[in-house]
Amino acid sequence: MFSELRRGSILINRIRNDEVCDTTGDEQSYNRRVNKKIMAVKTKKAVAKKSNTIKLKFDTSWTYAPAPESKSAATINKQYDLFIDGKWQQPLSKKYFGTINPANEEKLSEVADANAADVDKAVKAARSAYDKVWKKMPAKERAKYIFRIARMVQEKARELAIIETLDGGKPIRESRDFDVPTAANHFFYYAGWADKLEYAFPNRRTEPLGVAGQIIPWNFPLLMAAWKIAPALATGNTVVLKPAETTPLTALKLAEIIQEADLPPGVVNILTGAGATGAAIVNHPDINKIAFTGSTEVGKIIQRAIAGTNKKVTLELGGKAANIIFEDAPIDQAVEGVINGIFFNQGHVCCAGSRLYVQESVAKEVVRKLKDRLESLIVGDPLDKNTDIGAINSKAQLETIKKYISIGKKEGAEMYESSCHLPGKGFFCRPTLFTNVAQSNRIAQEEIFGPVLSVLTFRTDDEVIEKANNSPYGLSAGVWTDKGSKIFNMTKRMRAGVVWANTFNKFDPTSPFGGYKESGFGREGGLHGLAAYVSIV
Amino acid sequence: MGKAIIKKSSLSISENGLEKRASSKRLEVLKTYKIYIGGQFPRTESGRYYQPENAAGKKLANVCLSSRKDFRDAVVAARGAFGGWSSRAAFNRSQILYRMAEMLEGRKAQFIEELVQQDATKAKAEKEVNLAIDRLIYYAGWCDKFQQLFSAVNPVASSHFNFSVPEPTGVVAVIAPQGDSLLGLVSVIAPVIAGGNTCVVLASETKPLCAVTFAEVLNSSDLPGGVVNILTGKPAELTSWFVDHMDVNATLYCENDSDTQKMIREKSASNLKRVSFYDKINWYSEEGESPYFIMDTQEIKTTWHPVENIAGAGGGY
Repeated sequence: MFSELRRGSILINRIRNDEVCDTTGDEQSYNRRVNKKIMAVKTKKAVAKKSNTIKLKFDTSWTYAPAPESKSAATINKQYDLFIDGKWQQPLSKKYFGTINPANEEKLSEVADANAADVDKAVKAARSAYDKVWKKMPAKERAKYIFRIARMVQEKARELAIIETLDGGKPIRESRDFDVPTAANHFFYYAGWADKLEYAFPNRRTEPLGVAGQIIPWNFPLLMAAWKIAPALATGNTVVLKPAETTPLTALKLAEIIQEADLPPGVVNILTGAGATGAAIVNHPDINKIAFTGSTEVGKIIQRAIAGTNKKVTLELGGKAANIIFEDAPIDQAVEGVINGIFFNQGHVCCAGSRLYVQESVAKEVVRKLKDRLESLIVGDPLDKNTDIGAINSKAQLETIKKYISIGKKEGAEMYESSCHLPGKGFFCRPTLFTNVAQSNRIAQEEIFGPVLSVLTFRTDDEVIEKANNSPYGLSAGVWTDKGSKIFNMTKRMRAGVVWANTFNKFDPTSPFGGYKESGFGREGGLHGLAAYVSIV
Repeated sequence: MGKAIIKKSSLSISENGLEKRASSKRLEVLKTYKIYIGGQFPRTESGRYYQPENAAGKKLANVCLSSRKDFRDAVVAARGAFGGWSSRAAFNRSQILYRMAEMLEGRKAQFIEELVQQDATKAKAEKEVNLAIDRLIYYAGWCDKFQQLFSAVNPVASSHFNFSVPEPTGVVAVIAPQGDSLLGLVSVIAPVIAGGNTCVVLASETKPLCAVTFAEVLNSSDLPGGVVNILTGKPAELTSWFVDHMDVNATLYCENDSDTQKMIREKSASNLKRVSFYDKINWYSEEGESPYFIMDTQEIKTTWHPVENIAGAGGGY
């Protein structure tokens, strides 16, 4: 489903070129199952003159033998303490809580529940490390520490990927080919900035802010930790980071790496806990900067909480991205992009393309192809290398998704879901789409954060711009068309921080990410991501 | 009220051909100071007024005491003007800012008179007007340059063309500096509109005269109606509405009242307005102008597009 399937797409290209198709290959990341099934392609007679219309056959009996990744390549301790001042320290709260594998509801480990006193201890360690060590260290040396962390993430990539999948429920293919390598790349990218900051802000000098309190979500646990820690360290800040309650394990593994990398004690402190721990970080008086990724609701609470303080804040919040297909788009690529846009990581993506706008003239064809493609997605064991859609991250999230599905039905939209079999244990949700959705429906306005796509239609450019921008969010957007000038017309007018044209859900350490409007402010990634962690003097 | 304007004016009765009756004293025409919304000069819908006084206790004028409704009307005008203004060529915005400077230069004498009425010395007033003109020229020049400075083509590892550019954030609500009633006003408006935003500005409460006269400059500078809207009134009454409104994207506040700052941050959370405080800026110094002020009301948009990748040449993780 993601960029790794190059081999597959080359195969598809060949088949298509031989047969009939002349579309370009970049976005065709069909999975292996489809690759095999495409052998059974047949051209529909009714549309014989439209030579590039192909129909996939799904009624064959292909099944896949399980191909599970081995758990033995990963070590998970029975219990984790807090990582404060370079040491593993028992929580002052004396409390621990369990973290489970959402694919089978089995307990993986238990982690400490940091309270305000623990947060205070971590902030003191971070402050002392900032004043005594990190701020004074030559930037070149600082850089080398971050490079070292990047390398160790690469060295332990397999273990990290397995743990990420066990703890969060995402398919191993995504952890292995996206989350972990992108996290390592992020450290590599920002490491290099540490001694080059004078080039980043024309005519100005920069100073670090001090201690950064960072709170990250459960959808990309390790990657978000990298997005937060790497730029903070490169610019000379020290860090207190809290991973999400349901996915603490890879952040704790990262703490082990940081310890192994001999990063000076206190420069990075990692505290596990739930909302109360996060609140203690936000409210701690000796924190200079809050970086938060999560829901818009909590983002607003944070903005209010820091009123009257000098804390700088960046917020990366929710989204309800419009993904627009014009009639002149290469439809098969667009369908593939839409599938990737909404079902990547079970739809637990703030920039997921959850509102699909299809030009009326091709709506029928697009919906048919989407439904076909939905059927071919493999839902199940996240550790299986063939799995496209893994487990929903938590029971609570599964309930939220189910709630929205029933809201969608009640609002009069037409639901279609894959007929796939779901495992008996764990939290799973069939890939689902709604047609006949109205702009005002809640499933078209609110973030569901699950594998649920709302399909709407439009006729003209102006109409779709109006509809696409009619949202309090503005994180990302997508457009599919073969016409270059139309791409730029659309990408310019869509009010969103990341716009994908003829592609979707692509990320890179060099590419700034962040929202307009209620999707938050500040950017992460790239040159622009530095600004979040410095004061410009 | 208003007498000083007429007395110091270079116009004399003799110019209008009525010299024969010059012996009788001519009744002066007083200026009505109204607010500026959507390119027009209405009175406040509330019908209220206040009478700011200078240090000598002289009443400056009957000034509109704007209401929440005036602000809401102004936001509608500003939102309406945003599409057109933000999609104008940067070069065209530059031309219009330069035109504003030209118009201000042409009415220098009037601004100096008003500043003197508002307690400035002649020399200080002259300096303030000159700097205000120069500041407009400065930002006129930035209109089509800051984007190049703050953009990036990002060397992503996959086969995509990827670039990031600044874009205006939308409608900006501005509580202008209370002290430097012209220079401060110009210094906060110019970077906002240079970057393609539209704005609603609350002028200095005690020194509102040249804010209204500046609106006349804007109105004769080819600046489309609604791009800048100027209200007069009391910050104590209006500030909370400025940051409460759900169709405002950013707020600039230029005073250092910490309670107000706290209130602004709290209320702006309702729709996550971008908030900047310019409470330590000396508008007379070089720190009073920079492209970083423009960037305070800009968003960074990143665009991706695949690069066709035939036979596996380059690209890929």
